[in-house]
Amino acid sequence: MDLSEAYLTLWSDLDGVFSMALVSLVGLIVVVVDAFRNDHPSLPWMGAAALLASIGWELSVLGDAPGTALFGAVRTGGFAAFVNLIILVSGLLTIVLSVPYLDQLKRAYGEVYALILFATAGMIMLGTANTLISVFVGLETMSICLYIMTGLVREDEGSIESALKYFLLGAFSTGFFLYGIALLYGATGTMVLPEMAAGLEASGSTLLFWGGVALLLIGFMFKVSAVPFHMWTPDVYQGAPTTLTGYMSTASKASAFASLILVLFYALPTERWSLVLAFIAVVTMVLGNVLALSQPNVKRMLAYSSVAHAGYVLVGLTAASPAGYAGALYYLLVYAVMNIGAFGVMAFLEWDGKEGREQTLDSLAGIGFRRPALGASMGFFMFSLTGLPPLAGFTGKWFVFAPAVNAGLTWLVFIAVLMSAVSAYYYLRVVYVFWMLSPEDVPEAAEAQNAAFPVPASSIAVIVACAVTLLVLFVLSGNVMGFAEGLFEEAASMASMP
Amino acid sequence: MDIPYLTSLVIFAPTVGALLVLLMRSVDAIRWTALGTTAVTFLLSIGLYVGFDPSGSLANGPQLADLSAAWFPDAIDIKYFVGIDGLNLLLVMLTTLIGPIVVLSSWTYIESKHKGYYSLLLLLQTGITGVFCAFDLFLFYIFFELTLIPMYFIIGIWGGKERIYAAVKFVIYTLVGSLLMLVAIIYLGYQAGNAVNAGVFTADWYTLLEYNIPLGTQTWLFFLFALSFAIKVPLFPLHTWLPDAHVQAPTGGSVILAGVLLKMGTYGLVRFCLPLFPNVAQEYAMLFAVLAVIGIIYGALVARVQPDAKSLVAYSSVSHLGFVVLGIFAFTPEAMQGAIIQMVNHGLSTGALFLLVGMLYERRHTRLMDDYGGIAKSVPVLTFFMVFSVLASAGLPGLNGFVGEFLILLGAFKSTVVGSPVLIALATTGVILAAVYLLWMVYKTFFGALTNEANRDMADMNGREFALMAPLAALMLIIGFAPNPFLQKSEAATDFLLETMETKRMAVQKAADEAAPVAERLEITPDAAVDNAK
Repeated sequence: MDLSEAYLTLWSDLDGVFSMALVSLVGLIVVVVDAFRNDHPSLPWMGAAALLASIGWELSVLGDAPGTALFGAVRTGGFAAFVNLIILVSGLLTIVLSVPYLDQLKRAYGEVYALILFATAGMIMLGTANTLISVFVGLETMSICLYIMTGLVREDEGSIESALKYFLLGAFSTGFFLYGIALLYGATGTMVLPEMAAGLEASGSTLLFWGGVALLLIGFMFKVSAVPFHMWTPDVYQGAPTTLTGYMSTASKASAFASLILVLFYALPTERWSLVLAFIAVVTMVLGNVLALSQPNVKRMLAYSSVAHAGYVLVGLTAASPAGYAGALYYLLVYAVMNIGAFGVMAFLEWDGKEGREQTLDSLAGIGFRRPALGASMGFFMFSLTGLPPLAGFTGKWFVFAPAVNAGLTWLVFIAVLMSAVSAYYYLRVVYVFWMLSPEDVPEAAEAQNAAFPVPASSIAVIVACAVTLLVLFVLSGNVMGFAEGLFEEAASMASMP
Repeated sequence: MDIPYLTSLVIFAPTVGALLVLLMRSVDAIRWTALGTTAVTFLLSIGLYVGFDPSGSLANGPQLADLSAAWFPDAIDIKYFVGIDGLNLLLVMLTTLIGPIVVLSSWTYIESKHKGYYSLLLLLQTGITGVFCAFDLFLFYIFFELTLIPMYFIIGIWGGKERIYAAVKFVIYTLVGSLLMLVAIIYLGYQAGNAVNAGVFTADWYTLLEYNIPLGTQTWLFFLFALSFAIKVPLFPLHTWLPDAHVQAPTGGSVILAGVLLKMGTYGLVRFCLPLFPNVAQEYAMLFAVLAVIGIIYGALVARVQPDAKSLVAYSSVSHLGFVVLGIFAFTPEAMQGAIIQMVNHGLSTGALFLLVGMLYERRHTRLMDDYGGIAKSVPVLTFFMVFSVLASAGLPGLNGFVGEFLILLGAFKSTVVGSPVLIALATTGVILAAVYLLWMVYKTFFGALTNEANRDMADMNGREFALMAPLAALMLIIGFAPNPFLQKSEAATDFLLETMETKRMAVQKAADEAAPVAERLEITPDAAVDNAK
């Protein structure tokens, strides 16, 4: 193939990677404009427009048959579109919520939006990767943007500390990841995920292969913040600007899990890893939930809860069935909506109670009656995170637990539901501090000033929309799940073809 | 009169009302909307009562059923499936009746945040009615959990001093039980699907009923279900959340809690635990009967020493629901029917007691019996209703409590499963003890000399309070004198249930017996053998 032919293929493959290309391109434009006018008000909206256009595109290709693009580097079709939608919607929500928040924080830098766009492009590549190289490229593009976003508040020691911690640990995990890729290449002679199983059979170097898988898993577990690779999570989630934390905790988790699903589904056909994942899921759920119990700061509590939720998703993966993978995807979608919403609420409440990093949950006593829309939405998010019907968090749990039971892992689901009961305690705590206490009941809240940042109605509308989406997703859970399950059946029949 | 989707209307009319309430601006509009909605719901439910044919066989499916297509993807048969049969008709009626009464009782009791209160109240009613009407296990579970959120807020926002502790305790207790049941539901659904539904997960009550669960599996599934329901009932020793929740909840919340919410537990036992797991249910019936009797006596004794009238009534619930559980696990038609009617009776009489205690509290802002005494002269009408409800609750012949308790004790005495005369004798002491603590409460609060001058000018019941007490008292009298029309409604259903249980029990036992020698020969577990035998 000569070069011009390659260019032609690239051009014709563009519809397979439309979102990634558009988002990166607009990201570059944002950088250029940003160089001249750092606080130009159009910067975020350029990003939002790109994401919106990409969402429209992905919706239109949702029904496409699976395939690959860019010389087999990334996957296209329904699975890719579904994952991209989660990522793009998270990105869009984050930009919309970040504008007033960062403005109030006096951090309305244009480059934030470029970073969000680049991170989104990286996530898309990661979540749709068809080769280990694209997994790695996507992972790094995403991570580097996230490191910078974490350290956005340059004067704040906490923010700097968390960024440095994230970067150092992240670099470390990247090392493992890369080494794992090298071993896998050595064992199978290929980087393409669907060809790895055959490659392994041909070479027969199982030891090398499983060594590579183990290192690769460490890298993935770090990104989804599963125990024992979760150490960075609480500091980073607390230190980063809140709306961006929401983005990190959802979109990056969704894309890393999607990538892991692709690796498990295509490259690791045997189910030998299932017990390993089950074990990680157990410690992740137990530790995440138990540590979340005693957090006085909501962001930190949500960080540990995010660890716990990674555990629930892992329960779905251990089932190693199309239903389990689809359940995990559905869970990630729901999780994105409820967690971005929850972080959004906390972002706008940052100037209530005790301000900023000092803020404790208790100092927000009775806030629900002062900010009813935000407070009510927070109730939705907390109940959904607990997994109570009629919210999508419930069906999400059902869809990851049921396949695990069907796969004979009932004991694992027992631990998962008991941990959900534990989580009810700290989620309910948020609800009762918001709604059932009055500032007079809590000395901390009585003396805290309420500088009450006037949250724009549009932002409140976005958050309320997230809350309502949870109801809608609950009602439509059968349809969404049916679609997601179809993706894997279709893909399985594709994979079995020569 | 033939209204389409009547059952669903009765379930969801309160939800519509809740949304309407959110749109209202003035307090009066909110109250009247809530009252209107619950009243309309009650009128609709009369359509259910009239349209229900007690002779219709349960085997052909529930009456007035609404059924949707599958809600989940192909491999999971979960659907919206509600209907009416002899087991749930009276409980649905009770729920719809309690609805307007609770709204009326909250009229002045709730002094702030009306919009939230009434919309949550209406939402709660949807959840409870849904629980009773659901014929799909998954749907049942959703409604079961749906009741948690409104109740959490009702206790936590409008409750007393320790309201948050009580509200969180209520939710966590229930959630631990119900989440464990969720695992059992998933497991059962897949097993039943593989056995009788062509490999498709099923949660349909009738499909599940066709599946004879092997003994070993039955045991742990039964206990997960029973645990969840026993927490809800609450059965001794899982009752500790109940006094907290009751004492802290506002009157309306207590009435719903005691009147109908607790029945979700006993109803769950009748609807799911017994018919799905008949072997284990019979094997361990004695355990539950003993716990029930302990609850009867323990609840009564603890109630006797309460200084607070409301917690006295709360503990009396523990005692009275012990009778219901005893009746359920007796496995005789009399006791089963007695249990069903007793659920209704307890809802009426304990609901009335909570309402009356709430009225006293509204007047004097105390529930300590020491603060009252000799108030019968100043509030004669209230005293009349109190004495009436107490007598009904204590099981005076001619009033409703007697009917249920008598049937339960009779059935339990005849029962071959829990037929221990000593146990029944002990349970019977509960009736006497109930008279002791309830009459003591009445005596200490209403009769004797006026001990507190502040009570001299206490206002008697007003028109609104009379209006909400009168139907309850009337029903207590009607059920007491003419229980037959009510008992008839559940007769066919109970017979069907008991027959099905016996057939299923024999089938599972037979399979286990046949499998036993095979298992010894081949060294495989009986469970696997049962599966093989199919």
